[in-house]
Amino acid sequence: MSPLLAASSIHVTVGEVAAALALVAIAAIASRAWHAGLEEDIGIAVLRSFVQLTAIGYVITLIFDQDSAVLVVALISVMVVFGAITARHRARGVPNSFWPLLIALAVAAVATLGLVVALGIFPATPRYMVPVGGMVVGNSMTAAAVALNRLGEDVHDQAGRIEATLALGATSSQAVTPLVQRSLRSGMITLVDSTKTTGLIFFPGTMVGMLLAGAHPTDAVRLQLILLYVLLGAVSIAALVAITLARRNFFTPAHQLLEPPEP
Amino acid sequence: MLFDLDDVTYTRAGKVVLRSVSARIPVGASSVVGPSGSGKSTLLRLLNRLADPDSGRVVYEGTDVRERDPLELRREVSLVPQLPALIDGTVHDNVAYGPRLAGRSFDARSCLALAGLDPDFEERDASKLSVGEQQRVMLARALALEPRVLLLDEPTSALDQAARDAVEATLVRLRARTAISIVVVTHDMAQAARLADYVVRIDAGRVTAQGDVTEVLADQVPVTTGGEAT
Repeated sequence: MSPLLAASSIHVTVGEVAAALALVAIAAIASRAWHAGLEEDIGIAVLRSFVQLTAIGYVITLIFDQDSAVLVVALISVMVVFGAITARHRARGVPNSFWPLLIALAVAAVATLGLVVALGIFPATPRYMVPVGGMVVGNSMTAAAVALNRLGEDVHDQAGRIEATLALGATSSQAVTPLVQRSLRSGMITLVDSTKTTGLIFFPGTMVGMLLAGAHPTDAVRLQLILLYVLLGAVSIAALVAITLARRNFFTPAHQLLEPPEP
Repeated sequence: MLFDLDDVTYTRAGKVVLRSVSARIPVGASSVVGPSGSGKSTLLRLLNRLADPDSGRVVYEGTDVRERDPLELRREVSLVPQLPALIDGTVHDNVAYGPRLAGRSFDARSCLALAGLDPDFEERDASKLSVGEQQRVMLARALALEPRVLLLDEPTSALDQAARDAVEATLVRLRARTAISIVVVTHDMAQAARLADYVVRIDAGRVTAQGDVTEVLADQVPVTTGGEAT
């Protein structure tokens, strides 16, 4: 085990988890009192989080016990596929967005996990690759979905300007270049902003988890910094690859907008 | 013949926009006239392959446009859209856009002058200009590619009468000074009569008449010879 992670493990009982539901009850009561209509959604969220996290807990336990690289690759592959499916629903304005998203998440996962191993930051064992992979895929999914959603909206809103530049002999890639810059920014800005304010306005989850698990604060901070920097790299790769691949989907091979502006 | 449309049908979102259109557009000044939603702007977009028909052929100087490289075709047959759609930056940035993509040299000041704009506008922020001035920048940046054909989609619909008269006078001067052919799409038959020698009338996606302006529009508006602003 890395000396960075030489934290003693803690044991959490089901009873303690159940006690935390008291806080959920406050949320449900607030929703009901103010007619926010979220009680059902809160209930579903609690149930789904319990079932999904418990299930993944068993899967991770199995993978840790087996210590098998194949199982790690399989788990991250499943995350990438489900991430692309989820992100596709958010990027509705982009034609055929599934493949660009799938490739973007896969490239982000392989590149960042490969780099952290190559640079000697983490060893290539399930204990490190599974949690880091999950964070990389989850954050990459959000960034790629936000970036493509923005791209789809901008292409729709600026169809007239895009077609005007196509009319001057621009390729489809050249015609959407100004939009690509804005979309990339949209995909990355949330993480960049939260990285700026981390430690001042909020404590990020990994650091909180390590502190709760008994790690020394210095170790918790260092691990958190590593993860923030890894995630910055991952989301930029995911957003960039998704945009680069998806921008072609708005056009025909003859550089014509598939949905031209209304006459 | 400059353009020859042969039995062209174009559908958009399940709606037939052009239905078995056959039309000829000669070298010189032509106009496609018709009411709003008649399909005339769509017809214009087929001429430089911003769209392709579902069936039929669009022939430019004897060659099916689908056999031409679309980027080269659009530099040779340049379209100015109905509403100004400039890129962010100065007037010069806009005029330079097309030639830079094509790796060609250009003279921004003479293009602006040809489009009826003061060449000293070159360094002004394009977004700060009036709509009429922006429309002329659109014309200037199309002219910077030295096209052989200029396609103009309702070039004065967003302008007041003074700006409209100025743009029309610019187009007449342009024709007098260059060998460029123009195709003007307009709902205004009087404007078609002022600017064009040849007219294609279109209604509900069908060609209803085509020929010399004196024949096609004689019953609609007082017609002088095309190319003379009246």
